[in-house]
Amino acid sequence: MLQVRDLKTYLYLKRGVVKAVDGVSFDLASGETLGLIGESGSGKTMMGLSLLGLPPKPAGRIVAGSIKLDGRELVGLDEEVLSREVRGRQIAMISQDPMTSLNPVFTVGDQVAAPIRAHHLAGERSAIDMAVAELDRVRVPSARERAGDYPHQFSGGMRQRVVAAMAIACRPRLLIADEPTSALDVTIQVQFMDLIEKIQADTGAGILFITHDLGVAASLCHRIAVMYAGRIVEMAGVDRLYSDPQHPYTQGLLDSVPILGRRQKRLKSILGSPPDPLSPPGGCAFHPRCPHAMEVCRQQVPPTVAMSDGGHVACWLKVDSTA
Amino acid sequence: MARYITKRALQGLIAIFGALLIVFVAQRLSGDPVALMLPMDASEADFAAMREALGLDKPLLVQFAIFLGNALTGDFGQSYQWNAPAMGLLIDRLPATLELAMAGLFFAVLLAVPLGVFSAVHRGGWVDRSAKIFAMLGQAVPGFWIGLLLILFIAVELQWLPAYGRGTPAHLVLPAIALGWYPVAAMTRTLRSSMLDVLESDYVRMERAIGLPERTIIWRYALRNAAVPLVTMVGVYFANMLGGAFVIEVVFAWPGVGRTVVDAVFARDFPVVQAGVMLSAVVFVVMNLLVDLSYGFIDPRIRRG
Amino acid sequence: MVEALSYLSRFGIKVLHRNKVSSGFPYVASLVLALVVISALFGPWIAPYQATSISLADAMTPPAWLDGGSAAHLLGTDNLGRDILSRIIAGARVSTVVAFYAIVLSGLIGTGLGMAAGYFGGIVDAVISRIIDTQMAVPSIPLAMLFAAVLPPGEAMVIFIIVLSYWTWYARIVRGEVLSLRERDFIALAKVAGVGTPTIFVRHLAPNLLNTLLVLATLQFGSVIVFEAGLSFLGLGIQPPQVSWGGMLSDGRNFIEVAWWLITMPGLAIMAACLASNLLGDWLRDTFDPLRRQVF
Ligand SMILES: Nc1ncnc2c1ncn2[C@@H]1O[C@H](COP(=O)(O)OP(=O)(O)O)[C@@H](O)[C@H]1O
Ligand code: SF4
Ligand SMILES: [Mg+2]
Repeated sequence: MLQVRDLKTYLYLKRGVVKAVDGVSFDLASGETLGLIGESGSGKTMMGLSLLGLPPKPAGRIVAGSIKLDGRELVGLDEEVLSREVRGRQIAMISQDPMTSLNPVFTVGDQVAAPIRAHHLAGERSAIDMAVAELDRVRVPSARERAGDYPHQFSGGMRQRVVAAMAIACRPRLLIADEPTSALDVTIQVQFMDLIEKIQADTGAGILFITHDLGVAASLCHRIAVMYAGRIVEMAGVDRLYSDPQHPYTQGLLDSVPILGRRQKRLKSILGSPPDPLSPPGGCAFHPRCPHAMEVCRQQVPPTVAMSDGGHVACWLKVDSTA
Repeated sequence: MARYITKRALQGLIAIFGALLIVFVAQRLSGDPVALMLPMDASEADFAAMREALGLDKPLLVQFAIFLGNALTGDFGQSYQWNAPAMGLLIDRLPATLELAMAGLFFAVLLAVPLGVFSAVHRGGWVDRSAKIFAMLGQAVPGFWIGLLLILFIAVELQWLPAYGRGTPAHLVLPAIALGWYPVAAMTRTLRSSMLDVLESDYVRMERAIGLPERTIIWRYALRNAAVPLVTMVGVYFANMLGGAFVIEVVFAWPGVGRTVVDAVFARDFPVVQAGVMLSAVVFVVMNLLVDLSYGFIDPRIRRG
Repeated sequence: MVEALSYLSRFGIKVLHRNKVSSGFPYVASLVLALVVISALFGPWIAPYQATSISLADAMTPPAWLDGGSAAHLLGTDNLGRDILSRIIAGARVSTVVAFYAIVLSGLIGTGLGMAAGYFGGIVDAVISRIIDTQMAVPSIPLAMLFAAVLPPGEAMVIFIIVLSYWTWYARIVRGEVLSLRERDFIALAKVAGVGTPTIFVRHLAPNLLNTLLVLATLQFGSVIVFEAGLSFLGLGIQPPQVSWGGMLSDGRNFIEVAWWLITMPGLAIMAACLASNLLGDWLRDTFDPLRRQVF
């Protein structure tokens, strides 16, 4: 359904250029959930926004690559066409912070009805009815009454449900969830993840689930892509990725947090600090922190090597062993 | 909200009391309050009666109490120019001033909203840069001079609109522009600045992500948020216009409160002057309360809290 | 109300001066201000004519570049044949003198009360804040009417009225600054070391306020010029035969249909002086305090 090829989104700031997304490729099928994990600042949000054609203005721009949704190329489409036909209609996004993602001076019902109206799925009257039905679907209690309330009258978890209702109101083919649970309490998190699964069962949408929480990703996703400094360094099915991580960064990530059902000798954090986005290290961006770094790692970007299980990894260690 | 409003109302009452105190002090500052309150040709008997009425033989505190008592009933003395109660006289003129202030405000908002929104949306563009220069100039040019220039060019040279007096809507145009001139700059810059903040917010990003047309986002969803600080400005400027329309009213011979008070100063009709000061103060305080209340309507977060 | 207003004025100033037109030193503005001050100090020596000398034969001469204009009167003459340029130069003196005294006095009073309110807090702060409230509940022009009605007109009265209307500028902002300064280490240390309150005020607080005060004073200059012009225009400020820009506008108003330059030239002088003071004040703030440029 979705094919992303060699996508590059750069931010042209006064201080320099940030290559927030630097050559990312992946596929995503209907009904599939792909996890995108990585440290904060690795470019996950920018990746999600790029799919919507919404890199932050005026600094951000998609400079190369292709995004195909059901065969249609989205990169280079007119802003107006993107708004009318893609955003909210075919691709939708649940953003990170439920507290700030809703407009404080409009009612929740109005905001959930907004995409329905904008995409002419219903007239003014029935748009509200549909909005109420969506609020119901995301399990906002007594949806009809609450549709007239304002965002500040809802708890964080409820607001995130409202955002989800906005996102799924037009039955998008692809749903991007950008760390939707990181601002919520643990119990609310679990409920919300259930909700995401239900949404997927109901709508059959493909989901790009962005998170830095490996545990959350494990429970929800079919496949996982690990992102570092704007690139995908490893991609694999959930089982293999957690049981047999190939990339040193993935290994480091898994060793640094306790994960249910995974045997770990002891927790170790990854040494060093995330790269400076304005001037990331040359070659493999991970080399200053990598315990296996070799000379070649400093010189050249490692190629992406396909694995027998259908996943792939970008690391010089694997080039040697498969060559 | 109720408690907040009560607190504000109390502060307003204290301020009005303070204004009364200022007026009282000004009366005594002149040396002989009786001479202030009576026409120059008043008889010795009038003087004695007034001295009695003001309680001038009594201690200062009692005098102030008498003054306060009268003020509470709206009694600021008799205008000898017009031979009528001073406050009533001004209240009769209030509609003309209100009309002018509202027209001025309307002009200011009418210009400021599109300018501010445009400047923010096309930041750094020519509208933005012109508006910036315009704002700089606007702050440096007194409204009454703009009024004179308008009379010179529009009324005298081009003869498009009448320059003096009140009557038809056409009479309202030039004074409204002169009065609304000053706030335009500040309002434009305020709106631009808050609009820029709003356009960078998460909820606007969300509104873009669900595919709302940019027009709808800006004019429907973002503007209402960005307008919150503008409401303060509108309220405060409205109050200031009611008090500050004095000079503009004189320039355009507008028969409002301001011109009446200025005339009264020249005619040494002090009751009208002190009533004018108090009327301005009360209107100012009431307007500020209304602004506080209006927040609740524009921003639901405040309504409950 | 203090909150609403201080919010507004803070916001207003912040907004107006955010994203300035240019950030270099405002040479033109400084030059204009220098001209105003030079005119004020040396006016009688610079001006081509005496500002009040009447010459009916030359009455209503248009500016030099127009038909009927004469090089003898660059900006033309008024209905009594008085030279406009000379009168503008003379008006600069009144404006500057009034502004000077008004700024010094309102600055001293406002700073003193603001420092006391911020430093002592509690009841002192409450009382001073209520006084500021009251002051701000009466718009300045009506207040000016009140005192114009009871005091003898002239420079002293104008200065009194301006001080009355403007000391709150200083009081509010100084109060805020002192509130934050009070918490800083060096004040606490001075207190522990037993330094007396007057010494703390003069030695420790005042120097830290200097930049703020200079910015305020510069901005106030332009504002005072406009205010004084308004009063004099109404006939309640500077009285003839003393020359003031506002008074010239008032005179010229009667001849608006025949001699446009009578109201144009003094207005341009007001605009130039005020614009220059705003630009310079703006630049000073950015230079002193680039990070806090948005605070007031
Ligand atoms: N609005 C922005 N302006 C400047 N830099 C930004 C902006 N948003 C993100 N970045 C930079 O882009 C990079 C990727 O950020 P992001 O996609 O938000 O990371 P993640 O979502 O993985 O935490 C980071 O280096 C961040 O500093
Ligand atoms: S390429 Fe080299 S530096 Fe990078 S992860 Fe592999 S071994 Fe480490
Ligand atoms: Mg992110």
